[in-house]
Amino acid sequence: MFIFDTIKNRIQRGCQTMPYPKGPAPALPDRHGGALRLDASRCPEGCTRCMDACPVEAISANAGQGTRLDLGRCLFCGDCVTACPHDAITRTNDHRLAVRRREDLILGAPGAEELRLAEALDKKIKSLFGRSLRLRQVSAGGCGACEADINVLGTIGWDLGRFGIQYVASPRHADGVLITGPVTKGMELALQKTWAAVPEPRIAIALGACAISGGPFVGHAQHNGGAGSIIPIDLYIPGCPPHPLTILDGFLRLLDRLPKHNL
Amino acid sequence: MNTLAPFFPITNASRISWASVPVFSVTKLVRLTSEMLHAGARLCSWFGVPDQDGTILVAVLALDAESTLGVARSEPVSGSYPSLTPKHPQAHLFEREVWEQHGLVPVGHPWLKPVRHTLKNAPANAPFFRVEGGEVHEVAVGPVHAGVIEPGHFRFQCAGEEVLHLEIALGYQHRGIEDALPGGPHPASMSQMEALAGDTSIAHATAYASVMEALGGVEAPLRAQWLRAVALELERLANHTGDMGALALDVAFLPTSAACGKIRGDFLNLTALMCGNRFGRGLIRPGGCRHDLEEKRLLALVGRLKTHMADVEQAVAWFWDAASVRVRFRNVGVVHPSQAADIGLVGPAARACGLVRDVRFDHPAGWHRFSQAPVAVWPSGDIFARARVRSLEIQRSGRYLFEQLDAPVDGEIQARLPAPQPESLSVVLVEGWRGEVCHVAVTDHFGRFRRYKITDPSFHNWTGLALALRGTAVSDFPICNKSFNLSYCGFDL
Repeated sequence: MFIFDTIKNRIQRGCQTMPYPKGPAPALPDRHGGALRLDASRCPEGCTRCMDACPVEAISANAGQGTRLDLGRCLFCGDCVTACPHDAITRTNDHRLAVRRREDLILGAPGAEELRLAEALDKKIKSLFGRSLRLRQVSAGGCGACEADINVLGTIGWDLGRFGIQYVASPRHADGVLITGPVTKGMELALQKTWAAVPEPRIAIALGACAISGGPFVGHAQHNGGAGSIIPIDLYIPGCPPHPLTILDGFLRLLDRLPKHNL
Repeated sequence: MNTLAPFFPITNASRISWASVPVFSVTKLVRLTSEMLHAGARLCSWFGVPDQDGTILVAVLALDAESTLGVARSEPVSGSYPSLTPKHPQAHLFEREVWEQHGLVPVGHPWLKPVRHTLKNAPANAPFFRVEGGEVHEVAVGPVHAGVIEPGHFRFQCAGEEVLHLEIALGYQHRGIEDALPGGPHPASMSQMEALAGDTSIAHATAYASVMEALGGVEAPLRAQWLRAVALELERLANHTGDMGALALDVAFLPTSAACGKIRGDFLNLTALMCGNRFGRGLIRPGGCRHDLEEKRLLALVGRLKTHMADVEQAVAWFWDAASVRVRFRNVGVVHPSQAADIGLVGPAARACGLVRDVRFDHPAGWHRFSQAPVAVWPSGDIFARARVRSLEIQRSGRYLFEQLDAPVDGEIQARLPAPQPESLSVVLVEGWRGEVCHVAVTDHFGRFRRYKITDPSFHNWTGLALALRGTAVSDFPICNKSFNLSYCGFDL
């Protein structure tokens, strides 16, 4: 009997893949908050409330420079938003977070109150990877949450395969690596070997606060403080972990596959 | 309580003064611990506390039938002590860990090598156990695995297809969580607990918050305890559903795998509805919870939970209806009940060997003092049993959630948290979805952490996977592995 049940249920359910990116992006959970915005001009001299609230020292203030927020370190806990009485740090509810350069994750300077979102790969690389990108994922000291939300993109709701993006088993079959974790000393050699086995041209994506900066483990001697110290990074996707929508946005942004209304 | 003497009896999530932990010579501590284990106690934790004159060994035991924990410690010791492992295999990794961290040699330990120690840029995990013989070959897998999964190394000794021995070498994920804790709590400590094992954020965060509350001499408000219990079951549902899908995928049964992959995400989104984060980060803080489940949100949660529970029960029913699935899991990857007890299995892996152990039931703390789900047990010890226990727990967690969400408790969600009391010890056990999460804190005379010991259920259970592989085909490794689905990062810390 069960096979008829299965088929019947399958027909009833129809296609469960979300309309995004052709349709609008699904809403983030209301308590998620999305990207942050920092308007350092609102910070009074000497106020350190956000810095005191931040568990990972993602916020700093150098003399004469003003407040800076590093979203590459940020865990998006929102404690700084609650702590700030001046509305200098606010939530944007924007799921778009991926950037191409490490410094683009630093907020606060005049004109840099928000993230500088990633641009697409250059024309030549895009012509190679734009319709078919194979990634070798390397978990290098993460907690498994980033990996879980990478896997979620492969499920029927997100269906990453429809963009020609696929996670592959061998680095020899890959066009790039997708790194999670701060790159522990224990995974340093393994990451180097995996990277060396990926044929050129190739790209590297650092996913999650750990892979960008060390995340919650920043400052520990047992890791390398992110993947950037081991290999050159082409795309940074911040979060702890980034929401699947943020990850997908990052991939599609890099490949120039987002329609204008979702850019 | 007599059965525990001379260990100091404490209940889960409580605090005692360090001075009241009985002190024995190290040989006597080993002997007493051995007697207790022989009488049926479980070793929850065995660790060292650095002292000026050496290292103090601490034993934390659980007497499940009496809902009591027992602690005792040794005089400061250096050099060596008689190993527990030859008689009690459940101590083998604890003793290796103590040797690695404090240099104390357990004399008589049959396989003394590092647990997580890294030499320059890779774990120091050689040499591996080898089976010699003309027909024997070796298969090495990892650290980078074929899927999107954490790193670890598996070394199989095989004769043809048959696995004679599997050695599991971890440490690749070691990022120094325990090392960072002495002198704390630090500003990042809570976030590190939430990222200790990403899929077990709620259980570890609850354990840490409960430790801080016990040390401070307060309880979280009841409503916060209720919220934690709800989040813990949502975490269990998400992971068990994911595991059912993963097991289905590995035997190429796509209807269940496709459905469960999505439903797992639906459960994660319910946690995100509570606190914004799909893994529950930011929900739990020492003293209570950061987010409430106000009525409108509660109703939305119940409505969505109903849909997702119906979906998952349907997807799991397909799985059990298919003879081709059932036959693939029967008598594969068997761990016998006696082995399970010897190596100290916990969680669904233990319950799938017929062992009735569940912290929510045996050592209730927090909200579980008032309400519990029935313990799900299956006797056969094979992959079938591990899948069966999961699917029973999906049903029971769902029912438990509906009951709890139907009767919310009112009140505050955050209590004022006093500073930790000095010279104290606190033990907290939480039944995470993989099994027993154990946190033990010892404070110094300023009330700061002198030692903080974390034991993820995977620390007990990886040995179970190694045993399950013996005598099976190497090609059965993926389904055996999925049936345990253990944490690398929770082990590596």
